[in-house]
Amino acid sequence: MELGREVSFPAGARIFEEGGRADHFWVIRDGGVNLDVHVPGRRSAVVETLGAGRLLGWSWLCPPHQWHLGAEATSPVHAWEFDAGEVLALCERDPELDHALLTYVVEVIGRRLRAARTRLLDLYGPYGSGSPG
Amino acid sequence: MTAVPLPYRVVSNRPETTDTRTLTLRPVGEALPAFAPGQFAMLYAFGVGEIPVSVAGLQDGTLTHTIRGVGAVSRALCAVRPGTQVGVRGPLGTGWDLPAATGRDLLVVAGGIGLAPLRPLVQAALSTPRDHGRLNILIGARTPEDLLYRSEPDGWGRPYCEVTVDRAGPEWTGRVGVVTTLLDQAAFTPHETTAFVCGPEVMIRATGRELLHRGVPAQHIRVSLERNMHCATGHCGHCQLGPLLLCRDGPVVGYDRAEPLLAVREL
Ligand SMILES: Cc1cc2nc3c(=O)[nH]c(=O)nc-3n(C[C@H](O)[C@H](O)[C@H](O)COP(=O)(O)OP(=O)(O)OC[C@H]3O[C@@H](n4cnc5c(N)ncnc54)[C@H](O)[C@@H]3O)c2cc1C
Ligand code: FES
Repeated sequence: MELGREVSFPAGARIFEEGGRADHFWVIRDGGVNLDVHVPGRRSAVVETLGAGRLLGWSWLCPPHQWHLGAEATSPVHAWEFDAGEVLALCERDPELDHALLTYVVEVIGRRLRAARTRLLDLYGPYGSGSPG
Repeated sequence: MTAVPLPYRVVSNRPETTDTRTLTLRPVGEALPAFAPGQFAMLYAFGVGEIPVSVAGLQDGTLTHTIRGVGAVSRALCAVRPGTQVGVRGPLGTGWDLPAATGRDLLVVAGGIGLAPLRPLVQAALSTPRDHGRLNILIGARTPEDLLYRSEPDGWGRPYCEVTVDRAGPEWTGRVGVVTTLLDQAAFTPHETTAFVCGPEVMIRATGRELLHRGVPAQHIRVSLERNMHCATGHCGHCQLGPLLLCRDGPVVGYDRAEPLLAVREL
């Protein structure tokens, strides 16, 4: 944790934008963050809310190192902020840390993928009920 | 349980969402035996047909049902006017069995209309806080407009209740995401927890797996499985899921029995 520094964001702050350079990540200590996707000509659509203990951001780990989504604080957020470059450099020197971090991040990505898949199904109604009529 | 439906009068018919309504029924003459949370009734819309519907409330000698209009019978029931009569058979099926969870933390996980059968369980748990440990109510809905009992979850109170939606509109300031993401915020000791899960089958599977992963024992994960029902008396086989006849052995079963059946394709 020596690499992490404490940061806070006021409610409503844009923490990062879709397409921006992904060079940091955060572990949320408290507060809520909405992940959103840009919809041209409309308000961004929120796809997931993250809370305490969750990892915010994984796009820094793999090319093209650009944010897949945008992130906005929904309430005052306290988080540990990490510089992706520093962490990756440390990982290169410390294979054990590298392995632990990768395992953790891959699990998070897996979880978000499963959640995304579940949400693509018509979750809360009988088959076919999602369409009117 | 009565073989013939008893007449009940519709006392009120309240809209919940665009396609879902809550009916309150009172017996015209003889009343059915008491229902337990999680059990269901066969509701008969005269001249149209009969469908299984869970009890969504059990107060003051009335029966409350929340019904989503998806086909002929459920739409007919959604359209009944106060004062008219419907036929009711029951109580049917297994219940949530809250007493078996005495002393344990309670985790209620609902997806969409799955909140309806869980509502009387929540009400029972709220009225007997000393009989169990911590209570968590996690509710997922497709959109904010699809949330049932919108005035009520507040009444169930924080810190108990968390709500998340799949798709948020501009007005929504709450959480977005699948209901399992709410587990991170819930306060419970997994091996001392009994979970009650109701919603669409994909949601039951996702929640069951996540709870097992977190250490809630399979037999303490109670899920409600629904199949089309016909006789509701264990004779016709319409409601079969593997070795279970869900009108008799369900709808509430332990995840230890449900999981292998839910994993099979095309039962
Ligand atoms: C034990 C049990 C408890 C239930 N509790 C409730 C409840 O509290 N509130 C509520 O609104 N509904 C509940 N249902 C579902 C309800 O019984 C069905 O929606 C109803 O049978 C549909 O009948 P219908 O004649 O209106 O529609 P149909 O014309 O038979 O069907 C219309 C559409 O609904 C689908 N459908 C029919 N039955 C089911 C079912 N059981 N599950 C999923 N999709 C179905 C059909 O595939 C079709 O797409 C419960 C079902 C069971 C088995
Ligand atoms: S509905 Fe006939 S056996 Fe269950």
